[in-house]
Amino acid sequence: MSDELPTRSSPSASISPWNSPKVIANHRARKRWDLVFKILSVACALAVLIPLGDLLYEFAYRGIQAISIVRLTHNLGATVPGLSNAIVGTGLLLALSSAIAIPLGVFGGVYMAEFAKGNRFSEGLRFAADVLAGVPSIVLGYVCYLVLVRYFNFGFSAMAAAIALAVIMFPYIFRTTEIAIRKVPENIKEGAIALGSTKTTMINRLVLRFAMPGILTGILLAVGISLSETAPLLFTANFANYNPSGLFHAPLAYLTGVIWTFYEVVSIPADQQLAYVATFLLIMIVVCLNVVARLGLRRFSKV
Amino acid sequence: MTALLGGSAFLFLFMIIGVLLIFAYPSIYVNGFKFLVSGTWNTPTSASVVLVDGFKELQGASYGIWVFFVGTLLTSAMAIVIGVPISLGVAVLLSQFAPKRVASPISFCVELLAGIPSVIYGLWAFLVLFPILVHTIEPALNRYLYFIPGFGGRVYGTPSGVLASGLILSLMIVPIVASISRDAMAQTPLELTEGGRALGMTKWEVTRKIVLPYAKTGIIGSVILGLGRALGETMAVAIVCGGAGYLPTTIYGAINSMAAFMALNFSDAGSDVSGMTTSALAELALVLLAVTMLVNVVARLMVRRGFFSSAEHLVQV
Repeated sequence: MSDELPTRSSPSASISPWNSPKVIANHRARKRWDLVFKILSVACALAVLIPLGDLLYEFAYRGIQAISIVRLTHNLGATVPGLSNAIVGTGLLLALSSAIAIPLGVFGGVYMAEFAKGNRFSEGLRFAADVLAGVPSIVLGYVCYLVLVRYFNFGFSAMAAAIALAVIMFPYIFRTTEIAIRKVPENIKEGAIALGSTKTTMINRLVLRFAMPGILTGILLAVGISLSETAPLLFTANFANYNPSGLFHAPLAYLTGVIWTFYEVVSIPADQQLAYVATFLLIMIVVCLNVVARLGLRRFSKV
Repeated sequence: MTALLGGSAFLFLFMIIGVLLIFAYPSIYVNGFKFLVSGTWNTPTSASVVLVDGFKELQGASYGIWVFFVGTLLTSAMAIVIGVPISLGVAVLLSQFAPKRVASPISFCVELLAGIPSVIYGLWAFLVLFPILVHTIEPALNRYLYFIPGFGGRVYGTPSGVLASGLILSLMIVPIVASISRDAMAQTPLELTEGGRALGMTKWEVTRKIVLPYAKTGIIGSVILGLGRALGETMAVAIVCGGAGYLPTTIYGAINSMAAFMALNFSDAGSDVSGMTTSALAELALVLLAVTMLVNVVARLMVRRGFFSSAEHLVQV
């Protein structure tokens, strides 16, 4: 046979490829680059985590120093000012905007997942929701100012602000509800239909129950977003030192507005302390919402 | 019924655009193209009301948004330049390098970053970032990098604007860019990455030659979504930008963005009896909306899942 198997005794094979100095040097260089980029990526993470840690530490420290019963129970107009009316205002805005946005978003999401037939309309709707989520909140706020505060003569009021917030919350609830419902296993739905249930019963009894953790997560995210908005509220709720007298024609205070109003008053340290307390409260709520959304609902979803 | 409620997305969107067009009409008619290219915005609130082209306007008022337009683009560009490499580093760490035990607390922190109100970022920048910038970073940049245009010629004692806005915006876009591009990277088929590892590639080589090309569209989409956020960001920029009515000559100078200008000068709309300022602000909002919508539509066409892929992995059933 002319084709003979190579033998180990041939001199050129005495250095096998994985032993050749060239390959070993190359291997070391590649390992080194790997290490360099690992270190770089850790450095990137630190560049993000250090500011976050400093932010949390800074405001926990200042907030705990500044917080007191008086600062939580008096209103901003009192001789010793406190945040009670801002807390009431934030709660009121949250309740009102949730009452508007949650039904709209959840029903819309159910429609998208269960009834929309993948046609132009539903595709366009999804697109519109995504675009709506990308509209700067200050633009939304100004639109609500023009239409509600000025044209419909709501005045600076809780109602105008709540509607602005609801439009901001809506696309998040809408899309997360749809995603959550799409994740409900198909065989459960088919089983219900096979047993003779109507589509409505199937949705009410099964789909919504299975998708509930996901829907709640979406709602929590949306609540977090509406809590942390400032810009649209400047135009719609304005600001006030006392509790609002009603839902219309009554400007009201809110926690983020306290920060915006008082952050710069270096001349009156007591007022600046109010901003620190408000920051502390907001960060506490945001951290709690995130922890609940991540841990609590995950555990709940396994049941 | 559900279709009607779902249709409110359309309704909201059309209402926003329609309302802005209607209210901006006087300003569009009177100011014309000058609105975009003129650099002076002046509202003499105590001046008398005159008729211009059939619309009431304050005498001597002029409306031009060039400065704010450039300011918005400049601060957002800085945010992208600083924020995107960092975000991609975080995304690579989370999806490729870090074990799950380490990755999940870090991604929790990154998502927490997304939840913190923008006004709190502003306050943090005011309290912590400003002193560091003014006393350490800016003098150093001014001394050692003066040959780069914009980096030299710092006037001592001036408050920082461009650099501070860029830095705080870059921190704010990290959660969007990092979480969406991490999800895009995590979708690389296991056969490809494992195959690469089996052939003896290092983790970085797998990332560089397999994961990054595979996730390219998702990453670009995430960057554009981040840009959309940076363009529309209001409160943090309003606190740190310095509220200038002119263009800065160095990166240390004060600046203003369209969104920040709206927040800072909203009270003018109330005190202008002719209503032209209200209309001009509506036109400003319309320009801002057009820019962000353009950016978001492009991003949305690139990332199939759109704005919500960052939230998607949270939604578990």
